Amino acid sequence: MADTGTAPGPAPSSLRTPLLFVTVLVVSTSGLVYELLAGAYSSYVLGDSVRQFSTTIGVYLFAMGIGSYLSRYVKRDIGRRFVEVELGAALVGGGSVPLLQLGAAYTDAFAILLYGTIIAIGTLVGLEIPLLMRILKEELEFDELVARVLTFDYIGALFGSILFAIVFVPSLGLMRTSLFFGLLNCGVAAMGVTLLSGLIAPAVRTRLRVSAFFLALGLGITFAYADRIIDYTEQALYPNPIVHAQQSRYQRIVMTRGMRGTQLFLDGNLQFSSNDEYRYHEALVHPAFAATQRHERVLILGGGDGLAVREVLKYPDVREVVLVDLDPAMTRLAREDAFLRELNGDSLGDPRVRVINDDAMVWLDERARAGGQGEGTQSTPFDVLIVDFPDPNNFSLGKLYTRSFYRILQTAMSDASAVVVQSTSPLYARQSFWCIEATMREAGLVTHAFHATVPSFGEWGYVLARRVPFEPPGEPLLAGLRFLDGPTLASLFVFGPDMAAVPVETNRLNNQMLVRYYEREWSRVE
Amino acid sequence: MSSRREVLRTLLGAPLLGQALASGWLAGCGGSGGGDPLARVEGELLGPDLTAGHRLRDGIPVEALRAAPTEHLRLAILGGGPAGLSAAYRASATLSEGVALFELEPVLGGTARSAESAVTPYPWGAHYLPMPMAHNPDLLALLQDMNALEPDPQEGGELRGAEALLVREPESRIFHQGYWERGLYPYAGASADDLAELARFRQKVDEYVRYRDSQGRRAFAIPVALSTTDEQVMALDRLSAAAWLDREGFRSARLRWLVDYACRDDYGLRAEQASAWAMLFYWVARTEEPGEDTVDLLTWPEGNGALVNHMAARAAQRGVRLERGQMAVQVVARDPGAGDASAPVEIIIQDTGTNTLRRVTADRCIVAMPRFVANRVVRGLAERDPQVAERFTYGAWMVANLHVRERPSSRGVGECWDNVLYDSPSLGYVSATHQRGRDHGPGVLTYYWPLATADAAEGRRNLFEADYGTWRDAILSDLRRAHRHLPEELTRLDVFRWGHAMIQPRVGMLASETRRAAAAPLGAVHFAHSDLSGIAIFEEAFYHGVRAADEALAALATPPGALATPPQGA
Ligand SMILES: Cc1cc2nc3c(=O)[nH]c(=O)nc-3n(C[C@H](O)[C@H](O)[C@H](O)COP(=O)(O)OP(=O)(O)OC[C@H]3O[C@@H](n4cnc5c(N)ncnc54)[C@H](O)[C@@H]3O)c2cc1C
Repeated sequence: MADTGTAPGPAPSSLRTPLLFVTVLVVSTSGLVYELLAGAYSSYVLGDSVRQFSTTIGVYLFAMGIGSYLSRYVKRDIGRRFVEVELGAALVGGGSVPLLQLGAAYTDAFAILLYGTIIAIGTLVGLEIPLLMRILKEELEFDELVARVLTFDYIGALFGSILFAIVFVPSLGLMRTSLFFGLLNCGVAAMGVTLLSGLIAPAVRTRLRVSAFFLALGLGITFAYADRIIDYTEQALYPNPIVHAQQSRYQRIVMTRGMRGTQLFLDGNLQFSSNDEYRYHEALVHPAFAATQRHERVLILGGGDGLAVREVLKYPDVREVVLVDLDPAMTRLAREDAFLRELNGDSLGDPRVRVINDDAMVWLDERARAGGQGEGTQSTPFDVLIVDFPDPNNFSLGKLYTRSFYRILQTAMSDASAVVVQSTSPLYARQSFWCIEATMREAGLVTHAFHATVPSFGEWGYVLARRVPFEPPGEPLLAGLRFLDGPTLASLFVFGPDMAAVPVETNRLNNQMLVRYYEREWSRVE
Repeated sequence: MSSRREVLRTLLGAPLLGQALASGWLAGCGGSGGGDPLARVEGELLGPDLTAGHRLRDGIPVEALRAAPTEHLRLAILGGGPAGLSAAYRASATLSEGVALFELEPVLGGTARSAESAVTPYPWGAHYLPMPMAHNPDLLALLQDMNALEPDPQEGGELRGAEALLVREPESRIFHQGYWERGLYPYAGASADDLAELARFRQKVDEYVRYRDSQGRRAFAIPVALSTTDEQVMALDRLSAAAWLDREGFRSARLRWLVDYACRDDYGLRAEQASAWAMLFYWVARTEEPGEDTVDLLTWPEGNGALVNHMAARAAQRGVRLERGQMAVQVVARDPGAGDASAPVEIIIQDTGTNTLRRVTADRCIVAMPRFVANRVVRGLAERDPQVAERFTYGAWMVANLHVRERPSSRGVGECWDNVLYDSPSLGYVSATHQRGRDHGPGVLTYYWPLATADAAEGRRNLFEADYGTWRDAILSDLRRAHRHLPEELTRLDVFRWGHAMIQPRVGMLASETRRAAAAPLGAVHFAHSDLSGIAIFEEAFYHGVRAADEALAALATPPGALATPPQGA
């Protein structure tokens, strides 16, 4: 026994060794849990869970190696260093999820933050076992020591991996799990001070206990208020973990990823979910193409995610697509984000597609004012026009659904062109939907309303229109679509009594009725 | 430096100046050093031609008076603001030859003038027109001629303002207690008593909206000339808006602010100086039926510049010669009884560029310049109406146009057309790009500041005492409360000083006999200007322009023998 006798009431040696093995167990469990947390979080945020898990595990193991290597530089005060390493693990590991969560929402350099955290945790965990072994070597034979330590280490790992998925994440969630293990690390640190009191000078012991106390207090408070903290972070707004968040000049762009695919939100409003967006976009694009013969020039307003363009480019006769979206950050994301690019088939990179970042109303107005003076095709009408704006939840968007807007829109149409407008839900926002339809009619368009079921949105509505009377299309021009075939397409134009037209006022720039309907109706739903 | 601070204190008031100084922002500006964050902001001090006024006082050389007339006109219109252009527009519909309009400034439009940047046209003065009611058919016809009206299928095909011209929602917001709220009344934190008073005030307004006199006239109508003259209503002109609020027991600070704001906004007067008649006119004349909101507003990116530009283009198209930079320095109406062979009106015009004088004669003349100028130009006018000089007072206004790279960020409701600050000497600003739907990116904000002092001359002194830098600091001190980052977004800030911006409906002015008599012709000289209504709005300028044109046309249409007789009555 190496007790110098200066410590008051050291733990009886009979208990000391087993307790130190409990420490090994806790240390390795929490180490593995931190690793799993980082892996889970990074696969949410960066996508591709196989790759994320293998890279986080690889980096983590490598960092552990660094830690083990660094342990040789710890020559003196082993007891104290061990406790400090525990405290460090408690802080970095316990705080890792709250930190990553804030990082995902507010920084662009999420990867740096992620790997930095993983390396820090790995290094600290890598220091723990060698230091413990050196402490324990006073008490056991070398082969006995190695065998026992490694046994507890692996049992801990097993514990960690099983409990992580079965107990902790389901009952505590990612954030509380990380804080909980931070608290365990703190406990180990406090216990370590007592168990190793012989190795630590009294003044240092007090300091370490005080640090452990305050750290535990901090983690405990964070644990107790985790819900509130989540509420204050953006994550509270989304059902699935945020994988990309960015504030552009015009809106907040957030992508989340969960079990059922990836979602894009603009200012908190769902734009698509990757598992069922094909239904939304097939219904948006194909009826309009079926409603007109020519498809050479296509205009898309909004739709910066490139998904409507993907559908449009399926038609071999499309020669030119002009996409006008306000936000360059959105179209850049659609071009550069690996996941989005895969989903939209890199549609914005197609040579037929021209992207213009401008307010659609202003762009159309200026185009109309320029009249015939535009060079080349600039003044020729478009054959198919796809209007895919976010829902009218503010005045700036509401103007894009006004009679004035639909009048200006017609300056880009000929009698042969067809236009489709995404028109919110005829079921949840019935007046809003029919207000859009009535406004288009008042602006001089002939309309046919239709709807489709898109599970992540619910029942969704569109208005198809031309400048001259026309029959709703019978079947799509393309075969092999996932959602639309002949009979299905025809059925979309039938409205049941719970969605049928209601009397509404039309939407004008000076009354913005639609924004009022919309606010009222959706606040009832939510 | 301290004198500049004194001037700033006068403009801003001590609390606002204190706030600006406390924020540490003012200290960094205006210094000569390179540390001035606004050094890169361009801008200049603008204003109507002030040297012209001095020239008027210098007297006219005798040779000019004796020189042979360079031409003889059937109708000469002096002044190319809304009233003069309305007269030209009206007269040219019947009279296609021998009509000329002379405007002192190099631009037409008077206080409704506008300018244009690479981004958007923007106003320098008047910026909106309430949708006229059916009792103003002439103005409705002008709007129809401009394609500014369209039938509304939702209103049974009734003619309404064209959608693209009616102020787009969101119309207005107010900055109050650090936060932008929708509308013009600060609802946040309003007590039950405040709201009750607001409702009671609306009831009062509605009572007057409902009112009709024995001849079926409304209590307050646009134009003013169609309003009742019944004593019961006219008595409201004998007390101030503030006194009326006291009398009716309105104590809510918010309501009183709203009323005071309205008086400053329309008349450049505080509630203590504006007459209660004028204050009620603001709401009642714009409300069609009791319980309804005030009528829709029509606006253009260039403000009422669109109206004057249209009238000018039409008149020119119909043969009226529009001459700019031409100041009328003397108008003499020949005494019809004198049996003199010369023409009924003799006018001396000075070219403001070359200073050369010429003599023009005319059968009829419409004087469409402000009354205080006409008093000096038209011989015998000041003597005919000796009370006018005292009754007709003019307020001073500062208008600034702020060119921004990006709309300044704000807490609460985003940018609206009209952006008002509670507790500010200014009226806030309108956004020129709002109507075109450009909600992001570069824009021009037109910011209004009436110098609403008890004494009009004092306000004018304050206006001119502040130089460009002082005005810039005053403006930004005011606006920075609501938009901390405005200075960084600013690329250009121009300041326009209107010394005699508009006539003031102070207590007793509107009901006065002086005002009514001032519109009577003097020989073959007719008068047209919004001053004659006592209320400076486009509709009044238009009304007097049309009336004067009709008077002149009627006189010109009568057989030559009868020409010398002045038209009866007024
Ligand atoms: C800052 C500001 C904001 C306003 N906002 C609004 C608004 O939003 N809506 C609204 O309806 N009204 C507004 N008004 C008031 C409005 O502009 C006037 O009431 C109205 O348009 C005045 O027209 P006017 O022709 O009577 O007079 P003015 O505009 O004064 O025109 C008189 C013209 O005569 C010219 N003139 C003067 N002397 C001579 C001379 N000797 N010889 C030749 N020409 C001469 C002047 O240069 C001027 O062009 C505003 C006014 C100001 C100053």
